[in-house]
Amino acid sequence: MQIAVTVNGRLHERSVEPRRLLCDFLRDDLGLTGTRVGCEHGACGSCTILVDGESARSCLMFAVQADGAELTTVEGLAPDGGLHPLQAAFREAHGLQCGFCTPGILMTMLPFLDENPDPDEAEIRTALSGNLCRCTGYQNIVKAVLIAAGVATNGESSQ
Amino acid sequence: MHDFAFHRPSSLSDAVAAMQAAGEGKFMAGGQSLLPVMKLDLAQPTDVISLAGLGELRGIRVEDGAVVVGAATTHAEVADSDVVRGSIPALADLAGQIGDPQVRNRGTLGGSVAHADPAADYPAALLALGATVVTDRREIPADDFFQGMFATALAEDEIVTAVRFPIPDGAAYAKFPNPASKYAIVGVMVARTGSGVRVGVTGASPTPHRASRFEAALAADFSPSAIAGITIDPSGLASDPDASAAYRAHLVGVMAKRAVEACG
Ligand SMILES: Cc1cc2nc3c(=O)[nH]c(=O)nc-3n(C[C@H](O)[C@H](O)[C@H](O)COP(=O)(O)OP(=O)(O)OC[C@H]3O[C@@H](n4cnc5c(N)ncnc54)[C@H](O)[C@@H]3O)c2cc1C
Ligand code: FES
Ligand code: FES
Repeated sequence: MQIAVTVNGRLHERSVEPRRLLCDFLRDDLGLTGTRVGCEHGACGSCTILVDGESARSCLMFAVQADGAELTTVEGLAPDGGLHPLQAAFREAHGLQCGFCTPGILMTMLPFLDENPDPDEAEIRTALSGNLCRCTGYQNIVKAVLIAAGVATNGESSQ
Repeated sequence: MHDFAFHRPSSLSDAVAAMQAAGEGKFMAGGQSLLPVMKLDLAQPTDVISLAGLGELRGIRVEDGAVVVGAATTHAEVADSDVVRGSIPALADLAGQIGDPQVRNRGTLGGSVAHADPAADYPAALLALGATVVTDRREIPADDFFQGMFATALAEDEIVTAVRFPIPDGAAYAKFPNPASKYAIVGVMVARTGSGVRVGVTGASPTPHRASRFEAALAADFSPSAIAGITIDPSGLASDPDASAAYRAHLVGVMAKRAVEACG
C-alpha cells in the first residue's frame, strides 16, 4: 500500500504492507533508529513519537495509519546535530543511564512542556506514567524536566 | 502478525459495506486495544477497516439536556473539552484518568465501549449517567449494551457513532487503578439525576454493572454513611493477581463512598 508520511519535515513516499508497524517503518525502512522498541506491546513507551504534534506509541500504530501525517522522532529534536534544550537538561541532570527509554521520554515530555510550561513534580510524574525506565528510578528524569522548564537548576533538589 | 487488507472508507455507509464484503473484518479506531489483540493473534482479521476518516463520528455537542460525544473522540479530547468540563466534569475527569498521555491521544470513546474491556473506565460512566449508545442503525441504552467480558449488544457490522450522556445534577468517578496500566481494578461512578441516584461499577466483575443496593440507600440519604454498612458479595466478582474477589468487593464500597463524597 502506498503511503506518504512527513518525518521531521521530510516527505517520504513508500509502499508498505498494511501490517507494517510504524516503529518498524521508521527504524527499518527509513533508517531512523533513534526511536526505540522495547516491549512492542504498548506498555513501556520507549517507542513514543509525535503524530501531528501529539505523543503516541509507534508500536501501537500501523504505518498505513500515518499516511498524510506529520511525524517527529527524536532525530527531529535538534536537526543541526546539537542538543535541544530538553536534551541538554537530561545531560545536565543525568536524566539517563543506559538511555534506552530516553527518546520515548523526550518525545513525551516535549508536548507536555508546550502545554504545561510551568509544571510541578507531580504533574511531570503523571505525564510520565506511560514511560518505563529500568535504570534511573525517575528522580533525575523529573529533575531534568524541571530544569528544561526553567523551574529548577541542577543544584536544586527536585524533592 | 498475519497480513490483512486495509480500508479507509470516507463515509459510514462505505464502512459498513466494507465490513459486509470482508471475510473476517475488524473496525479500527485508535487501535490502542485492537493492535495489542492482533499482536497476540487473538484477532486475525483479513480486513481492517479504519474509522478515522468518518466525519460522522466526530464532534462534541449539547443537545436536549445531554452531551453527545462522537465515537471517534479521543480520551484526551473528552478530558480537555470545555463542553464536557462545563456540563459533566466527572466525565472529563474519568477520560483524563484513562491510561497515560499516549493512550489518551489515540484511544477513542467508541473503541472503548465497543471493546468492552472489563477493566475499562467508560462503562462506569455510561451506566451511572444512563447513557445511550448511538449506532449507524439504532440506539441502545447502556443498561442493555454491556453483555459480558468483551461482549456487547453490537452486531458484527454495526458502528458506534456517538454516546449520549444525559447531564446529571452531580456526578463523580473514583477509581483504584492498576499502578502500571492504570486500568480500573475497581472504578465507581455515582450520579444524581432527575430520576434518582445511579451507581456504575467497572473492573469488579466480567461485566460492568449497577450497584442497586447502593442506589436505593443513596436515594434515601445521599451520604457516604448511608452505604457504609452495605457489604458487597464477592461471589461473581473477578479474582486475579491484582486483586482477589474479596478485595474487589471491599474496593467497590470504598470507591463508592469516595465518589459520593466528591459528589458533594
Ligand atoms: C498502555 C495502555 C493503557 C490503557 N489504560 C486504560 C485505562 O486505564 N482505562 C481504559 O478504559 N482503557 C485503557 N486502555 C485502553 C484504551 O482506552 C483504548 O483506547 C480503548 O480501549 C480502545 O479504543 P480505540 O479507539 O483504541 O479502539 P481500537 O483499538 O481501534 O478498537 C477496539 C475494538 O473496538 C472496535 N471499534 C472501535 N471503534 C468502533 C466503533 N466506532 N464502532 C464499533 N466498533 C468499534 C474495534 O473493531 C475493536 O474490536 C489502555 C490501553 C493501553 C495500550
Ligand atoms: S515498544 Fe511501544 S510501548 Fe513498548
Ligand atoms: S536509562 Fe536505562 S531504561 Fe531509562
